Amino acid sequence: MSVTTVPGQSGEAARGYSADEGAGQNYLTNGKTIASWLLTQDHKRIAMLYLVSISMFFALGGFAASMIRLELTSPRGQFLTHESYNKMFSTHGIVMVFLFLVPSIPATLGNFLVPLMIGAKDLAFPRLNLLSWYLYMIGGTLILVALISGGIDTGWTFYTPYSSLYSNTNVSLTIVGVFIAGFSSIATGLNFIVTVHKMRAPGLTWFRLPLFIWAMYATSVIIVLGTPVVAITLALVAAERIMGVGIFSPELGGDPILFQHMFWFYSHPAVYIMILPSMGVMSEIIATFSRKRIFGYSFVAFSSIAIAVLGFLVWGHHMFVTSQSMYSSMVFSIISFLVAIPSAIKVFNWSATMYKGSISFTAPMLYGIGFLGLFTIGGLTGLFLAAMAVDVHLTATYFVVAHFHYVMVGGALLGYLGGLHMWWPKMTGRLYPDGWAKLAAGLTFVGFNLTFLPQFILGYLGMPRRYHFYPAEFQSYNILSSAGASVLALGLLIPGIYLLWSLKYGERAGNNPWRAIGLEWMTTSPPPTFNFDEQPVVTWEAYEYTEYTPEEAQLDRETLGIAPEGAREQAERDPRTRGESTTID
Amino acid sequence: MPKNLPLITEQASTLAAQSDALFFTLLALTIIFTALVGCMVGFLGVRYRRGNRVDRSRPAHHSTVLELSWSIGPMFLGLAMFVWAAKLFATMFGPAPKDAMDIFVVGKQWMWHIQHPNGIRENNELHIPVGRPVKLTMISQDVIHDFSVPAFRMKRDVIPGTYSSFWFTATKTGKYHFYCAQYCGTNHSEMDGYVYVMEPTEFQQWLASGGQRIQDTQPLAKTMAAQGQALYEQQGCGNCHDPDGMNRGPSLNGIYGRTVQLRDGRTTIADDIYLRKSILDSSEDIVSTYQQIMPSYKGQLNEEQVLALITYIKSLGAPTAAPPGSFASGATTGSGATTGSGRRTRSGRRGTAAPPTATTAAGGGGTVSTNTGAGAAAASGQTGASR
Repeated sequence: MSVTTVPGQSGEAARGYSADEGAGQNYLTNGKTIASWLLTQDHKRIAMLYLVSISMFFALGGFAASMIRLELTSPRGQFLTHESYNKMFSTHGIVMVFLFLVPSIPATLGNFLVPLMIGAKDLAFPRLNLLSWYLYMIGGTLILVALISGGIDTGWTFYTPYSSLYSNTNVSLTIVGVFIAGFSSIATGLNFIVTVHKMRAPGLTWFRLPLFIWAMYATSVIIVLGTPVVAITLALVAAERIMGVGIFSPELGGDPILFQHMFWFYSHPAVYIMILPSMGVMSEIIATFSRKRIFGYSFVAFSSIAIAVLGFLVWGHHMFVTSQSMYSSMVFSIISFLVAIPSAIKVFNWSATMYKGSISFTAPMLYGIGFLGLFTIGGLTGLFLAAMAVDVHLTATYFVVAHFHYVMVGGALLGYLGGLHMWWPKMTGRLYPDGWAKLAAGLTFVGFNLTFLPQFILGYLGMPRRYHFYPAEFQSYNILSSAGASVLALGLLIPGIYLLWSLKYGERAGNNPWRAIGLEWMTTSPPPTFNFDEQPVVTWEAYEYTEYTPEEAQLDRETLGIAPEGAREQAERDPRTRGESTTID
Repeated sequence: MPKNLPLITEQASTLAAQSDALFFTLLALTIIFTALVGCMVGFLGVRYRRGNRVDRSRPAHHSTVLELSWSIGPMFLGLAMFVWAAKLFATMFGPAPKDAMDIFVVGKQWMWHIQHPNGIRENNELHIPVGRPVKLTMISQDVIHDFSVPAFRMKRDVIPGTYSSFWFTATKTGKYHFYCAQYCGTNHSEMDGYVYVMEPTEFQQWLASGGQRIQDTQPLAKTMAAQGQALYEQQGCGNCHDPDGMNRGPSLNGIYGRTVQLRDGRTTIADDIYLRKSILDSSEDIVSTYQQIMPSYKGQLNEEQVLALITYIKSLGAPTAAPPGSFASGATTGSGATTGSGRRTRSGRRGTAAPPTATTAAGGGGTVSTNTGAGAAAASGQTGASR
C-alpha cells in the first residue's frame, strides 16, 4: 500500500469542514448541529438522512399493508368502505414503490458505500447528492399531503382513463410528488455513474470492482434512462386531467393503451432498479461469509448489465390481454424468457461460491440465503407470466401479486435488510445483537412464505387482485395469508428495535468485524468525514480471500495435512483479512 | 385437501386443459429448480460451514463450461416453454372459428351489459350453449375493464374506444363466476357475474323465451340487426350510403370484412373496429374517391347503438372471400329456433331475419324496400328495446 497525500484542502474548506476540525472525528461526530446534518454534503450523512426518511415511509407503507390484510380476513371486508380499501392499496403501492423500494438500496447503502468501496472521498457531485435528498423529501411530502387530504384510489399504476378523467381523488398532487421524487433518483443515478467512472482509487480497475458497484452502476444507467419517461408520462396524465388535453382518453381522442406502453417502459425496468442493487448486496454477502472469491466474477458482473439492457425490452409483457397485437406480444414474451438467463447465472454463481468456502451463518448471511430461495421462486414464477397463454389466466390475479412480492420483498427487501445488517457496524460503529438478528431473519422468511404462498394458489383459482369483496370460497387462503403477514410484520419490527438499541448500547464493532476484504473495511468504523486518512491504492483482485483463516489453516495442517505451507503466515500478514478489535468469527 | 383449501379449479373450456398443462409443467420446473438451488445451498452450507474439517484445497473461481451449461440449458428450456405458450396463445387470441356465435359485451362502471344478436340483453349474466364456440366482442363505455372467466382460463381487457374480443368453447354445463379483472374504481370488486353454460336445446329454449330473466318485464326484444336497421333509417344514413342514393358515400352492401382502399393510399379491412371508427370519427380513414363530408356521430350514439349499426351493416351481405358474417348466422339461428320450437312468433324477429335473405337473393337493389318495411316495424319497438 502506498500513501498519497489528500489534495484539495481549499475544496474541503468550501464544503464547511476544515481538515483540522475533522481530525480525529468520525462522520457522525463531525458536526453536531441540526444544520450540520441538513446542509451536509457528506455522502455518509446523506445516506443516514435517507435511511431515516425511507424507514418512515416504509412504516407508512407497512401500515397500509396491515390494513389490507386485516380487511381481507373476511370476504365482505371488516371495517373499511370500498373507497378506503382502494385508497389503502394505492397508498401501499405508491409509497412502497416510489418512496421505499426505488430509493432503498441506492440512496442509503449505495450513497454510503459507493465512495468507500472505490476509495474515493465522496461522490462526484456532493451538492447534487444533497439536492437529491431534498427532492425526495419534497416529493414524499407532497405525496403524504395528497394521502392525508383525501387520498388517491388509482393504484400505483395510474391506469388511464381512470386516473385522468374518472377518479375524483388527489391524483394530480400525487403525480407531482412522484414526478419530483423521480428527479431525486435521477440525481443519485447520475452521481453514481460519474463517480464510478472518474473516482476509482489507483489500481481499482473495472474488473477489480466489488460486484455491488457493478450492480449500482447498472441500476444507475436504468434510472437515468428510464425515470424521465415515467416523469413525462405522469405529466401527460396531469395535463389531461387538469387541462383536458386529449392524450390517453378516447373521449378526448387519446389512446388509453399508449399510457400503459409509456408507464411500463419505465416501470418494468424499475423492477430491476429495485432488484439489481439487492443482487449486488448478495454478491458481497455470499463472498464475505463464504470467505471466498465470487464464482464467475465476470459472468455475475455482465449479467447485471444484461439485465439492465434486456429489462428495457420487455415492458409489453404487462399487456398481453390488452389490445396489443399478438405478434408484439410474442416478441415481448421471448425477450422476457431471455431475462431468465442472466438471473439464473447469478443464482447458480452465488450457490457455487459456497463450494469449498468457509461459511459462517451470521445474520446477513441468513438474509442472503433467504434472498436466494425467495428470489429463485420469484424469478421462476415470472416465467408463468412470460408464457402468454398462461398469463392470460394468471394476469391481474393474486398470482401476479404473489410473484412480484417474491421479487420485491423476498428479493429487494431481504437484500436491503441483509445489506443493512452487513454494513451497520461500518455505518454506526456498533454491533447489533446477533441472536435477535437471526431470529428476525428467520421470522421474516417464514412469515413471508406464509403470507405469499397462499396468494399463488388464490391467483390460480382466479381471485382478481385489488378486490375488496371476494367470493367466500377464497377466505381460508386469505386468512392464512393474513396470519403470515402478522409474522412477517413481527420479523420486520424487531430489527427496528435492536438496531436503534445498538446505537447506544451495541458493542463497539471495530473496523472490520467480518474480516472482510473491500476498501470500506480498511477505514475506521464509523469512517472519518473524508473516508480514508490516506489514498488507498489497490493491488489485489476483488474478493481475493485467502482460502483459509489463520485458525483454519493451522487446524487443517495439524489434522488433515492439506494446507499449503505458509498459508497461515500469509493470512496473518494480509492487511485485508487482519481483523481489528472485536470479531465475530 | 380439506374442502375450504381447494388446490385446483374447474376446467370448463376447450382451452382450459391446454392452459393447465402448460401451467403445471411450469410449476414442475419451478419446484425442480427451487429444490435444486435449495439442496445445493443446504448441502454446501452444511459441508463447508466454518470449522468443519473438509478439503478446501484448490477451490475453483470460474468455469466456462459450467457458466455456459447453466446459461444455455435454461435458455433452451425457456425457448421450449415460449414456443408452447406462443402456439396456444395464437389459438386463444387468434381468429375465432367460423361457426362461432357472436355475443357483445359492454362494460361500464360497474356492470356488464351483455347482448345477444337476437336482441336478448342480460346484465351481469351470460347464457351460452355448451360445445359451441362463442366469440365475445367487447367495449367499455368508460374506463378499462377486463372480462375474466377463470374456469375458461380466459380474460381480456375491455377498452374504451376500441373493440377487443376473445373466443372460447365451453365444455361443461354449469354456472361459472366471471369477474372484472382490471381495476376500474370504487365498486370494482362487485363488478362480477356468472356464465351459465346450458345444453344446446335448453339454450334454444332460453333464447326463444327471450331470456328468462327479462321475459315478463320487458317487451320482446328485436334482433340487433333490426335495431341497427331502425337506427340506420332514423339517422338517415341511407341518404348517402344506399346504393341507389346520391352516391356521396360508399355503399355498405357487402362492405363488412372487405378490404377497402383509403384516400391516402393505404388499405384496411372493414372490420368492427374500422366501422366503429368510421361512424364516430368519420374524418379519418376515408374510402378513396369519396370526400370528407360525413359528420361525426360521437356523442349521438351510445356503444350499444353502434354495435347494433355494425351488426346491421354486417347483415347487408358479405364479401365472397369471407363466409357469411357470424352475425347473420347468429340471427338466423335465433329466428330458426323460434319457428322450430313453435313458440310465440314475433314480427320483430321475423323482420330481422329478412334483410340478409333479401340481400343475398335480390342483391343491393332490393335492400331499400326491405329496409323500409323492417325499419318501420323496428321503430315502433325502439324505445322498449333500447332500454
